Amino acid sequence: MRKVCKYVSRFLLVVGLGGILGASLVRLAPGYGVDEEELDSRLSQESIQAIRQAQGADESLPSYFFHYLNKLLHGDLGYSRRLHQPVGQLLTARLPETLKSVGLGLAIGWTFGLGLAMVAAMSPSGFADLGASLLASILLCLPAAVLALLFVIAQAPGQLIIGLVVFPKVFLYARNLLAESAGLPHVLTARAKGLGNLRILLWHVLPVAAPQLLALAGVSVSLAFAAAIPVEALCDLPGIGQLAWQAALGRDMETLVVLTMIVTLVTLLANTAAELAGRPTHGGER
Amino acid sequence: MKGVRVAAILFLAALVAASLLAGFLAPVSYAHQFRDLPDAAPSHQHPLGTDDLGRDRLSRLLYGTRVSLLLAPAAALLSSLLAALIGGSAGFVGGWLEAAVMAATDLFLSLPWLFLLITVRALLPLNVSPVTSVAITFALLGCLGWAAAARVICANAHKLCGSDMVLLARATGSSGFRLLWRHIVPNLMPVLSAQFWISIPVFILTEANLGVLGLGVAEPLPSWGSLLRELESFSTFSGQPWHFVPLALLILAVSCFHLALQKQEAWA
Repeated sequence: MRKVCKYVSRFLLVVGLGGILGASLVRLAPGYGVDEEELDSRLSQESIQAIRQAQGADESLPSYFFHYLNKLLHGDLGYSRRLHQPVGQLLTARLPETLKSVGLGLAIGWTFGLGLAMVAAMSPSGFADLGASLLASILLCLPAAVLALLFVIAQAPGQLIIGLVVFPKVFLYARNLLAESAGLPHVLTARAKGLGNLRILLWHVLPVAAPQLLALAGVSVSLAFAAAIPVEALCDLPGIGQLAWQAALGRDMETLVVLTMIVTLVTLLANTAAELAGRPTHGGER
Repeated sequence: MKGVRVAAILFLAALVAASLLAGFLAPVSYAHQFRDLPDAAPSHQHPLGTDDLGRDRLSRLLYGTRVSLLLAPAAALLSSLLAALIGGSAGFVGGWLEAAVMAATDLFLSLPWLFLLITVRALLPLNVSPVTSVAITFALLGCLGWAAAARVICANAHKLCGSDMVLLARATGSSGFRLLWRHIVPNLMPVLSAQFWISIPVFILTEANLGVLGLGVAEPLPSWGSLLRELESFSTFSGQPWHFVPLALLILAVSCFHLALQKQEAWA
């Protein structure tokens, strides 16, 4: 229970830090509090000052933090100056597309990555290992944006790309981990006693590697979300990755910061869940 | 395997040499336009043809290799120094400083790398001169890429502080800066060096991602990222294989880094 409380308090501390960092970025961004209306030559200096006050340009940093975090806690995520829509609405419309492609990518990456790692770790001939390692090494050298461009040229579905980004990391890490676990004395004993490969894998190798694999699962969520930006931007998928790219090009800081914070929250949740799932259920502390 | 490593190192050395000698090897400047020869096929004068604006592809590739291959190590050096400073002091001092640094690294590691990069990149001017854009791109990579390395260095520094060797040094009167400089830092060097080397291919790939998205090095200065952006205008793989030379070179260079850095990856 103490461990869970520790994880939760660390999670809250990191979220709080992220909120303050995000608010600082928005407040300190060039052009904060400036509105296009100010360019109207018919407006007097007083009118411009009134517009700036309404935009909160003269607000002090601590007061801005308070109002920003208060707005966030009440569900007001701000307004996108580039797309002229509330950020909350944009997110509602686009988040499902990203969650779908990230979920599919993680499923593909993990199925092939872990599956091939298990085959490579347990197979006596090195062909499976060689083939999968070669594929993983090539994919590891390709930036996600280039993969996306190649998929566009080949007219292949862009949703698969995230799987190809996740696969090499999962495969290489899991293969090394499983090979290390397969060399442990208790596994050699089990083999000497005549246990089959599948039984050894499921009962003696995977449980040893499980905590580290779960930690990798948390990291792969962050990896998949990061890959969503080039994939959605270049394959024209209307998700939050594409929105982040458009916001970056249009210097729409309010949208960008909210997107970054939401994705950070999701990855933090995934990491915390992975750490909690990977901790020992009984016995001493790790 | 040793032969493959040596071949990879030799290839990288040749690539660095070619990029450094770009001024001599490149037929023309990277920005020179042959206005009557836009999108030309390879010829004796232009071995890799010309791009849409009539610029020699080989020259742009050589200069782009110089930008990517020399500035990625510079960014890696910056991030390693930051990691050494932040992680090393946290591990050495321990207590609340270590807890605060660990919370900060947790935050940085949870922030998806590209989201963070494009957010900070958007804070800075987008309409800057090409040289400034190169400096901004690689400085950002260096400044934002310290977290993972800092965590490793902090853990190693913490372990070293509890070691018999440091206990003995303390018993003989070593403390503070002397202990850090004479006993901790030299023992952290292998880990630090490994972190530096493994950051290089990561930064090369990240610059390529940013370049393809139009948030990296500005035109007309070439980099591997901005050269790969050209692939956006293709609709088929066939017909013009020379367009894929920058991509092939990127894959080869990053593969060679992975092959050459197997020992460092084990350290990290």
